Amino acid sequence: MAAANDRVAIVGVAESDQIGKIPGKSSLQHHAEAAYNALEDAGIGIGEVDGVLTAGYSSMVLAEYLGITPKYTDGTAVGGSSFIIHIAHAMAAIRAGYCEVALVTHGEAGRSRLTRPSPDPAEPGQQFEVPYGIANAPVAYAMAARRYMHVYGEDRTRQGLAEIAVATRKWAQLNPKAYMRDPMTFDDYHDSRWVSWPFHLLDCCIVTDAGGAYVITSAERARDLKRKPVWVLGAAEGHDHAILSQMPDMTNPISRETGPRALARAGVTRADVDLAMIYDSFTYTALVTLEALGFCGPGEGPDFVADQRTAPGGAFPMNTSGGGLSYTHSGMYGMFLVLEAVRQLRGETGDRQLTNPKIALVNGTGGYLSSTGTTILAVD
Amino acid sequence: MANYQKPLPAPQGESQLYWDKAREHELWLRRCNACNEAYFYPRDISPCCFSRDTEWFQASGKASLFTFTIVHRSPYPGFQEDAPFVTAIVELEEGPIMATNIVGFTGEPGPNEMQIGMPLEVVFDDVTDEITLPKFRPA
Repeated sequence: MAAANDRVAIVGVAESDQIGKIPGKSSLQHHAEAAYNALEDAGIGIGEVDGVLTAGYSSMVLAEYLGITPKYTDGTAVGGSSFIIHIAHAMAAIRAGYCEVALVTHGEAGRSRLTRPSPDPAEPGQQFEVPYGIANAPVAYAMAARRYMHVYGEDRTRQGLAEIAVATRKWAQLNPKAYMRDPMTFDDYHDSRWVSWPFHLLDCCIVTDAGGAYVITSAERARDLKRKPVWVLGAAEGHDHAILSQMPDMTNPISRETGPRALARAGVTRADVDLAMIYDSFTYTALVTLEALGFCGPGEGPDFVADQRTAPGGAFPMNTSGGGLSYTHSGMYGMFLVLEAVRQLRGETGDRQLTNPKIALVNGTGGYLSSTGTTILAVD
Repeated sequence: MANYQKPLPAPQGESQLYWDKAREHELWLRRCNACNEAYFYPRDISPCCFSRDTEWFQASGKASLFTFTIVHRSPYPGFQEDAPFVTAIVELEEGPIMATNIVGFTGEPGPNEMQIGMPLEVVFDDVTDEITLPKFRPA
């Protein structure tokens, strides 16, 4: 059994069998395939899994479907960041002795959507925002981005958003699993149609069917597994609103707190980070999160990402999978940030592999810039 | 009105007065008497100091534009038929911030017709026999 300060590691990662446009496959099937593949990647049998964490379904539904009788169960569901936050919860549970091998899964038929949960009409958002059209993410994030433009300047913000869209597509072109791999020019970005002004189509993530899973366990159990352990150095979580109108500052999400907390717990600094995996539901999400995490100052994001700094070959590699913008985005994308960070740290990402990365910062965002989870991952 | 396709609010016990007053074309808010701060959305216990000492009052209906988007694409049929339309966040004169639509444009709304901070006033859209949505137009 692990102790309070023992290290824990992610020892297996995988997507579901196919991702992209996969009609006829339910969200739960994506969960199960990803779970199967991640356990195979780890070299751990399902009989050893004694912790189950998920969002989108209750962990009870998931565990029954997979045939697991867990000793630790966690259904923390705060949007796309949930699967980053699950890392912290699994770590705490393993250290406390509640479980030894935790399985975290995600699955969402976001594109082919066989089912859609019915919202609770009593929720504040259903009463006071949805009737005005804040019924899908682009509308909410576009309003936050417009506020940022008002504070920091429209033209330079626009250029920053374009830089991120173009750079992220370049990474996707190096990822065989990416959904959008055609070249994208700046003109393509600026010419793409409006979805919700100020957002062009190419400011918005794609929508795919996909599942993902990872396996996390104690240092002791990780020692004799086949994959290089990816250590969890530090983690933090938080949220400061749920619906957009209640957001304290649309230009400064709660990663302003979770980033520094996670870095401090990990005992590393921003300068130590070799890879940044930053949730990019929209170009703006990545831009404003870079600022909130402190990689640059308030309003400096457009300068920070200028000249394709986050693209392949750039000084600040970000979202090397191609991100939610171009690789995959099933709805709650956070899981896939973890998969890419682990694979980069293990040196398995082929044409897009960074040179010997040691430390990755993973930052998930959920809701309407509402919740964030930041985790620092590392290899020896 | 019978063909109204968009999602409708479901008034709850603690928000019933808000929706009843909207149907009478009045905008009512809650105020926390512990700190004298008005807040939105309406709930019995205040979010500012978690006080039960709260009351309803009628707002002036004056606001300023905090941010907005022009919606061109919506997955919901009722909204898509109206596109492009303006969804906004406004700051009420009394302080609270709320979501709404900006209406009253002649022709298609464009970004240049809206300036952050521009003064607005409330109007009431009787979308069904039961529900009236407070919206705003340039003052």
